[in-house]
Amino acid sequence: MTTRLFGEPVQRREDPRLLTGQGRYLDDLGADALAVAFVRSPHAHARVRDIDVTAALDVEGLIAVYTWEDLPERVGRPLPLLIPHPALTHGRTAYPLAREIVRHVGEPVVMVVATDRYLAEDACALIEVDYEPLKPVVGLEEAAHGAQLVHEDVPGNVGAHLVQEVTSAAGLGAAEAVEAAPHRLSFRLDIERSASMPLEGRGVLARWDGSDLRVYSSTQTSTSVRMAIAAALGLPLPHVEVIAPDVGGGFGVKIVHPWPEEILVPWAAMLLGREVKWTEDRREHFVSSAHERGQVQHVTVGFDDEGRVLGLDVSILHDHGAYTPYGIIVPIITSTQLLGPYRIGAYRVEFSAIYTNTVQVTPYRGAGRPQGVFCMERTMDKIARYLGRDRTEVRAVNFIGPDEFPYDQKMTFQDGRPLIYDSGDYPEMLRMLKELIGWDDFRRAPGRGIGIGCYVEGTGVGPYEGGHVQVTSDGRVHVSTGLTSQGQGHETVFAQIAATELGVPIERVSVVTGDTRRFGYAVGTFASRAAVMSGNAIALACRKVRAKALRIAADALEADPADLEIADGLVRVLGAPSASIPLSTVAVLANPLRYAFDDEAARATQFAGAASPDRPPVAEGDEPGLEGRDYYSPIRSTFASGMHAAIVETDPDTAEIRVVRYAVVHDCGRLINPMIVEGQIHGGVAQGIGGALYERMVYDGHGQLLNASFMDFLMPYATEVPHVETAHLETPSPLNPLGIKGAGEAGVIPVSAVIASAIEDAEGIEIDRMPISPSELFELRH
Amino acid sequence: MKPPPFEYHAPRDLGEALRILAGVRGKVLAGGQSLIPLLNMRLMAPEHLIDINRIESLATIETTPRGVTVGALARHSEVEHSGAHPLLGQALRLVAHPVIRNRGTVVGSLVHADPAAELPAVLAVLNGSVRLARDGAAAGDAPLVRDVGAAEFFTGPLESAVRPDELAVSAFFPALPARTGTAFREVARRHGDYALAGVCAVVTLDDDLRVGSARVACVGVGPVPITVDVTSECDGRPAATVDWAAVTRAVREATEPEGDIHATAAYRLRLVGVLAGQALSEAAREAAAD
Repeated sequence: MTTRLFGEPVQRREDPRLLTGQGRYLDDLGADALAVAFVRSPHAHARVRDIDVTAALDVEGLIAVYTWEDLPERVGRPLPLLIPHPALTHGRTAYPLAREIVRHVGEPVVMVVATDRYLAEDACALIEVDYEPLKPVVGLEEAAHGAQLVHEDVPGNVGAHLVQEVTSAAGLGAAEAVEAAPHRLSFRLDIERSASMPLEGRGVLARWDGSDLRVYSSTQTSTSVRMAIAAALGLPLPHVEVIAPDVGGGFGVKIVHPWPEEILVPWAAMLLGREVKWTEDRREHFVSSAHERGQVQHVTVGFDDEGRVLGLDVSILHDHGAYTPYGIIVPIITSTQLLGPYRIGAYRVEFSAIYTNTVQVTPYRGAGRPQGVFCMERTMDKIARYLGRDRTEVRAVNFIGPDEFPYDQKMTFQDGRPLIYDSGDYPEMLRMLKELIGWDDFRRAPGRGIGIGCYVEGTGVGPYEGGHVQVTSDGRVHVSTGLTSQGQGHETVFAQIAATELGVPIERVSVVTGDTRRFGYAVGTFASRAAVMSGNAIALACRKVRAKALRIAADALEADPADLEIADGLVRVLGAPSASIPLSTVAVLANPLRYAFDDEAARATQFAGAASPDRPPVAEGDEPGLEGRDYYSPIRSTFASGMHAAIVETDPDTAEIRVVRYAVVHDCGRLINPMIVEGQIHGGVAQGIGGALYERMVYDGHGQLLNASFMDFLMPYATEVPHVETAHLETPSPLNPLGIKGAGEAGVIPVSAVIASAIEDAEGIEIDRMPISPSELFELRH
Repeated sequence: MKPPPFEYHAPRDLGEALRILAGVRGKVLAGGQSLIPLLNMRLMAPEHLIDINRIESLATIETTPRGVTVGALARHSEVEHSGAHPLLGQALRLVAHPVIRNRGTVVGSLVHADPAAELPAVLAVLNGSVRLARDGAAAGDAPLVRDVGAAEFFTGPLESAVRPDELAVSAFFPALPARTGTAFREVARRHGDYALAGVCAVVTLDDDLRVGSARVACVGVGPVPITVDVTSECDGRPAATVDWAAVTRAVREATEPEGDIHATAAYRLRLVGVLAGQALSEAAREAAAD
């Protein structure tokens, strides 16, 4: 019998702690720390002429006030551009505190430290900044005209321009293929901004003891924050440790780093010799973190009588906000993942990343895919409508066949590697979806429609993650990995993997993530990569531990390692269950000792055993202890896929839109924990419903964000999210030992496309712009 | 998002509260569901905050044949579950969410006078009133009170007739006559949000089941709740034969919705007509069953 937990719907082990208020989030730490607040720009574009802090100096409890002028050279440099790209010819990042020019409402200008946040805000209110307002650049198309500039030295506001083109089998370019096709359509699509909006905002706590700096940050990457802080503050890396405590959601915004506050707060802690903390509030989060999604797409498609796409030409204007700290990952993903599960004749995609005087754009769950999928799926629906064919037929005729993997889309993906799909079965997935939603039996009526959307998601991008697994002499298994957790259930799924690989009860396994004291090498949690990357690394580390355990146990049991198994924490001889040794004892024996600190340890001391006097206690090439460390570094991403369908009803009088049913078929390879995967899908669909029907960032012509609160930025409540029906298809990835693919972003990706498809079906009006509100549907009707 | 400094007062009885209000310029804190966010966002910076939550005599709901008097500390949820008034019950189920209703107060909502809120419309359609008290030390001992009818109480968006030294101690919602039905219909972007538009209706039938009176109050389509008496448009007909399209036209003509980031003015105008028709016919059905 083995301890088979991989694939089981194991209850989330972190939930009792998180759901009973035992979680320790950033603001739960450092109760006595000094508090930071920022004076942030009220202007979208302005020159800072003067900063007068005089009035603030009288605030009782004020500790320090800093402007850019106060920062040492290393600290005052522009923040790093994290992912350079040759096409990003005009990448720009912000200074930690504004230097001369502010480029969006919310940009930090002055940092205030006080004994508590109330007083820090009082002081902020008394600081007078003299701004010379400059003309703001707002609106994607207006910005692309380039009449006004966000950055003086970036002509046309174009940060990056990238063209990728794949010719047809016959060697035609996209334009030629479109021209040669029997049918052609051209149209324009619009997607508005939204944002990650984690329940917990960002936050940083720093403690300096004179030689070592400890930083807590609500981040998706503690290892990289650590390196960024060490670099900016000129500290030796071993003297900096960064810990991600419980993190209340990330969804992409917390992979960006270092945030200004992640540099400024530790710097102030060192300068002041006191614990210093900054906890972002919701208003700050709206105007000072990051947004995503805003694009305008111009599409031309050529197709044959069956709806086969012969040529596709897409031109994208991508709103990048004021800065590009995360490079051009988002529009690259849009450009490449737009292709979905389809074999396209010839494809050309071009994007311009445009600066505007708005909050910067960095990845938000889905990270450019929702826009790409919206583009492709709207295209499929328009082809079906033009030809009078069923929308699923048009998709099916374009599918990559199940026998065509690995399938090379001949493009370069976001990891710089070829866009090659590793596995999938799209026709079967469509069959399952049609059955789940009852596509063929659906009765269409005015105000009642059905919609569909398909996507492929590259997950588990490199370069690597690692895992460390240690069995201690009490028989417990300690797993650590460097990437961070934001509520996904890593404590559960990584424990399932370790328990399965090592043959121990899951109760004996504990998991630590995101703590550089425990594991220093990692990339981070984003791009649906944690399970794929750390899951496989932990499995590989466990296999090392298992091999060592079998070797030591074989010596002790005088058996051949090949005849041993581990189950329920016991190493046993196959076929002779009475001949066994507990893993805890193996752990003791793995560590030759001089001192017997307890009875168990006595078994490993120098006079206790039958160790050969002719060999060193620790053999050459071996290490003491029953532990293993390994890394997983994939050759390229693994490609998950999914198809969603929805039935919506629209009210003839009020134009209200109700999602009656929502069905998902999902393929993330082998499932580690189907319950957690479903939870990820449900959460993703909820965010997708937000993006489709509720959320937008409403900037006025002055660059003011008009809905910077949860009263006017409409995230859906539970009452707005439909019940989600799910079915799983498993096409294992051949790229990694566990055969898994990522699932974190899946749910959100096609929702806008699906809802648009269903509303279009219900209303008979083409839906080319998302999100859509009842008021907008009303306007479209009239 | 921390409030600016203020001096905090926690009076134990009404007299003490009124004396404080007579002496300082401040804001009254009851349920705090609007005031606290306004303070935290520093959109408001009162020098004094007068917390009336310890004044138990204000936590009352009194029902008489004339109507229901709701004290300043009666929470939405208490009034909702008291069954004291059918229209109040219908309206309160549309106010935000249970957690907010457990703290927020009916009188506080009236004084806040948000034109998109449900309760001001209920007070308006019923011709209810708010009782305001101020310190009576100058004139004797008893507090000086005045009752202000709904038509005079709501003076503009977020503005009411309450003077700085006054405390709204209760609101009176008149009871419904026989053969009267009520309804509240609204469209909000999300469950519990302020409505894009809403209409509450009160319809009374005469002995022959003809419409004797019909009134609506509309939310979200003007600076204050817009009350429209559509009795004459109903033309004394039996409810089943009333030309509701003509009636709702009268309602639309009385409103002046504005557009905002959530909905255009045209959409709101459409909504208010649709909702008025729905609310009036539902109220008429209910009246016939009364």
